[in-house]
Amino acid sequence: MKNKAVLVLGARSDMARAIALAFAQAGHRIQLAARNADNLSGDRDDIALRHNVDVTIHDFDVLDTPSFDGFIQALPELPHIVICAVGLMGEQEENARDMTAASRVMRSNFEGPALILSEFANRFESRGSGTLVGISSVAGDRGRATNYIYGSSKAGFTAFLSGLRNRLAKKGVHVVTVLPGFVATKMTEGMDLPEKLTAAPEEVATAVRRAVEVKRNVIYTRPIWRLVMFIIRAIPESIFKKLNI
Amino acid sequence: MMLSGWGQFPKHEATEVAPRTEEAIKERVALGKAIPRGNGRAYGDSAVSSTNTINMRHFDRMISFDETTGQLVAETGVLAADIIAAFLPRGWFLSVTPGTKFVTLGGLIAADVHGKNHHVVGGFGNFVDWIDIMGADGQVMRCDRSTNAETFAWTIGGMGLTGVILRAGIRLLRVESGWIRQTTIPTKNLEDTMDAFERSNGATYSVAWIDCLSRGARQGRSLLILGEHAGLADLDNKRAEKPFDTRSKRSLSVPFHLPSVLMNGATVRAFNSLYYWNGCRNAGESLVDWDSYFYPLDAILDWNRIYGKRGFAQFQCVLPLDASRAGMAVLLREVARAGAGSFLAVLKRLGPQDSRISFPMEGYTLALDFPVKPRTLKLMKTLDAITIDHGGRFYLAKDSRMQADTLRLSDDRIDGFTQMRSSNAYNTAFQSEQAKRLKI
Repeated sequence: MKNKAVLVLGARSDMARAIALAFAQAGHRIQLAARNADNLSGDRDDIALRHNVDVTIHDFDVLDTPSFDGFIQALPELPHIVICAVGLMGEQEENARDMTAASRVMRSNFEGPALILSEFANRFESRGSGTLVGISSVAGDRGRATNYIYGSSKAGFTAFLSGLRNRLAKKGVHVVTVLPGFVATKMTEGMDLPEKLTAAPEEVATAVRRAVEVKRNVIYTRPIWRLVMFIIRAIPESIFKKLNI
Repeated sequence: MMLSGWGQFPKHEATEVAPRTEEAIKERVALGKAIPRGNGRAYGDSAVSSTNTINMRHFDRMISFDETTGQLVAETGVLAADIIAAFLPRGWFLSVTPGTKFVTLGGLIAADVHGKNHHVVGGFGNFVDWIDIMGADGQVMRCDRSTNAETFAWTIGGMGLTGVILRAGIRLLRVESGWIRQTTIPTKNLEDTMDAFERSNGATYSVAWIDCLSRGARQGRSLLILGEHAGLADLDNKRAEKPFDTRSKRSLSVPFHLPSVLMNGATVRAFNSLYYWNGCRNAGESLVDWDSYFYPLDAILDWNRIYGKRGFAQFQCVLPLDASRAGMAVLLREVARAGAGSFLAVLKRLGPQDSRISFPMEGYTLALDFPVKPRTLKLMKTLDAITIDHGGRFYLAKDSRMQADTLRLSDDRIDGFTQMRSSNAYNTAFQSEQAKRLKI
């Protein structure tokens, strides 16, 4: 699999850049989309230079849902692979107090990503091919006091991806759910993360590319998180509600 | 957090931030006593500031490449490994490379690294067309050999003490393949080794692994390893079809610090003998891929852990040509007498180099590493004195334990460097733990 067009939504994040580089390395054309796309030109040149592939940049605002159709029309071609790496963590304390902040987190992690992938899903379905990748989070596996606004919106996104996969499985369109645990990125800078549980963005990127290539459905990065979250989900609610985790 | 160089000695409690914008670097520089850090491959404390280490890892974009001149423009956090990965498949290689590819472009410039081809082409600095550097006032200045030439000259080999190098234009080397024609020449003793070096002055690459524990008539016996970039005509049909496809190797990793008792006189002696005899068995010509030829140690990730938790120290000096034979003999005698031979002892003929503050000079350089112990630290002091007696000097990218007066005795350019630093306010803006220790 080579020479496909790959669209990365939310291309400014460390993880998205690593993912774009990983797909470019495999010889794919890259479309980078984010707000203020102009200042992605450094990344565009870097990826193009390193891997000798075409890279284009496109303005995209996940909160501006009415713009989605025009955004897709304006792409140089309908991509074969779409990776949605949009996400916003916010501050849980602020999210819990302030409806506007909470709404922004919910819309950025669930509404926007789900709607844009829906748009691509319909087009991919009529074409009969394509891969959709959603970067969700292990935080969506169970709501916790420390980040349940973020976590619940990711939970919604995970459920959306699951449903989309079910719908498109017989239509030639594949859906990959990526559940990263801790990743050393700008989002987590300054946090004291356990080394064994923390992946580098490049590690996630390679895992995502592999998942697309071999059509995995749900991947955890690092894989140890599958076990960690299994245990966390298994704790009875009566006990879980009293824990500080 | 505790921060150190590749040798894991000395360790300093240090503050390290990784800015993402030039504005953020400027704010750090304004705090003073800043030192930029690349991938931390200098052995000692060159890239550690206890109060203000600026990690450049987010400045890792390549900017442009000119196919006609071979000029690559890139941010200085880009790794040599990335440059090779991107450009070797298109027929370009680094014009000068050190013994590891896990070093940043900023590090290559700041240490003005030399490679196995120094006797022919000089240091890495010769292939730097220009740099963008942030000075003490936070302003970014484009420097080359005619504009801001003073800053340019002092920055090549200036160990990050003249500002933060943000971007550079460097020239790559055209190659026809990823293969090296290697010739291994076993030699009997030091005299023999140096004769072989002088006879091989026309070879593009040359370096000798030296058995530093053999004594008497065999003192200085070596494997002199020469190399040439293989052209298409040197390859068989299968390789010539895909001349840059040199199968990537699996790397091993040292998963934890080995107990330091493993590195004792007996094991090192055994290793050195085995290595020498194995080299003798494989003497002559062979075709080797670029990774194995230039970066054999990179295949063992985290190899610095073999020396145990206390870390290790490198000793690397260069002696002027006319004092090399006598001086190297004394150095080797002292090492063998102490029985503290290092796994990796490297001897290399350097060519002439005219630069402000860079390490190389025409002569011979010897590099040794030792586990950090009171005994080896004492030995290295003795080696310092022998070097100074023979008019030699030391490589700051390897140093972790020298004293300020030793440096001054060995290198009369240091006073000029410190004066230059203070007249540009670099001395308050930029300071590594090494600069503090050496009073640069």
